[in-house]
Order: sequence, then structure tokens, then C-alpha cells
Amino acid sequence: MAQTGRPLSPHLQVYKWQVQMATSILHRATGIILAVGSLLIVWGLAALAAGEEAYACFTACASHPLGMIVLVGWTLAFFYHLSNGIRHLVQDTGKGYAIPSFVRSSWLSVIAAIVLTVIVWAFVLTGGHA
Amino acid sequence: MSKDLRNPLARARGLGSAKDGVHHWMLQRVTAIALVFLTVWFLVMVLGLLHADYATARATVAKPWNAVLLIAFVVTAFRHAVLGLQVVIEDYVHTRWLEVGSLIVIKFIAVLAALMGVLAVLRIALGS
Repeated sequence: MAQTGRPLSPHLQVYKWQVQMATSILHRATGIILAVGSLLIVWGLAALAAGEEAYACFTACASHPLGMIVLVGWTLAFFYHLSNGIRHLVQDTGKGYAIPSFVRSSWLSVIAAIVLTVIVWAFVLTGGHA
Repeated sequence: MSKDLRNPLARARGLGSAKDGVHHWMLQRVTAIALVFLTVWFLVMVLGLLHADYATARATVAKPWNAVLLIAFVVTAFRHAVLGLQVVIEDYVHTRWLEVGSLIVIKFIAVLAALMGVLAVLRIALGS
């Protein structure tokens, strides 16, 4: 890109904050998080293949408080990217572009991600026997 | 004068300025649709293994259907990840050598990680 020193669009500093801005950038951010998280899934599979000791090391990391924080973050990123991804697939068919429905579906993605994360972690923290 | 400045042949081929057509766009959507199902299935399987011991976890992954879906999941996830990361890098990295360099690096990492994942599942499924 040419370095002209002129201000670049979009002029984020003068925009009023809108939920669509958040859902857009969050989709990319959570995508990056999930890409890194996929490496952890491969680690888990490799540990399971390597033997009981390596797998015990993996599960110890996963159930450590820090590991749990990472996993909660991963779950939230996953459900957000999933629900907003489905929203994008629907929009690819040409539906939902009117501003009110665009805003509504943005909020729906965010709320669905939070609700699904809470459900999964309620299941995990109550012992996984629900 | 024609409104379209593109060469008629280029327009007929329909490949756009990137000479790639809608391949990237379409592959991103197709892998996304696959991942909607594969990721939810994966999450359900992992939640089912929460308190499983090593042998149970291994036996679950070794089941043919689980092994097949796991391999499909790993390959599709990394393919989708590279497509997405590629767009992010193209949009935000404006130094050409850094852009090309990171595009190559993410591809190398994704291929190696996918191969590692596939090999792990195969080792478990084939019991070695």
C-alpha cells in the first residue's frame, strides 16, 4: 500500500459504535483464536496416540485452572464463530441485509455464543453427568 | 465506449482480477458448512469423554466412524483456517515480503499440523 500519510478508511475514530462492527471484527478474531486452538486439538490427538503418560500430561494441562480458562475462551470463540458463521452463510443467500435484521442477527450471534458457552460449561462443571 | 474496461476474454473466463475466480470464496463456504457439523460432533464426543480413562478415550477414537470423522474434521479445519488467515494477512499486512512470508508460514504449519493429527488418529485406529 502506498504510504501517503492521508487518513485511511474506515475512519474508526469518528464512527459511532455499532454492534455490526463488533460482530465483523470478532469473526476474524475468533477465527484466529480457533486456528491456534486447532493446534491444541492436534496436541491432544498426538498425546492420545503417544501413550498413557503423554495423555495424562495433556489432561493435566487441560484441567489445570489456566488450561480451563483457555478452554472457556476457546468454547466462547468456537460458539461465536459457529453462530456468526451460520449467520454469514444465510447472508450469502442474499437474506438479512436490511439494517434492522442485520443488527438483530448480529445480537443473536453474540447472545447465542454466550448462552451455548454457559450451557456447555454448566455441563462440564457439574460433573458432566447431566 | 464500453462501460467495462476488462478484456472481453477475461470477462468470459470469469476469473476476476485475482485470476482465481470464486474458488477461494466457494471453498471457504463449503468447508464452513462441513465444519458446522464436524465441530459440533467433535464437541459432543469430547464432552462424552470428560471423565473417561485413557483406554476408553483411545477406544472411542479407534471406532471406524469416529476415526473417519476425526480425520475429516482435522483436514477441513486446517483448510478452512488457512483460507481465513490468508484473507486476514492479505488485508492487514502491507509489507510485501512479510505478507508473502506469513502466507507461506501458515500453510506450512497447517499442513504439518493436519498431517500430525491424521497420523495420530491412524495410529490409534490401527492400534499401533
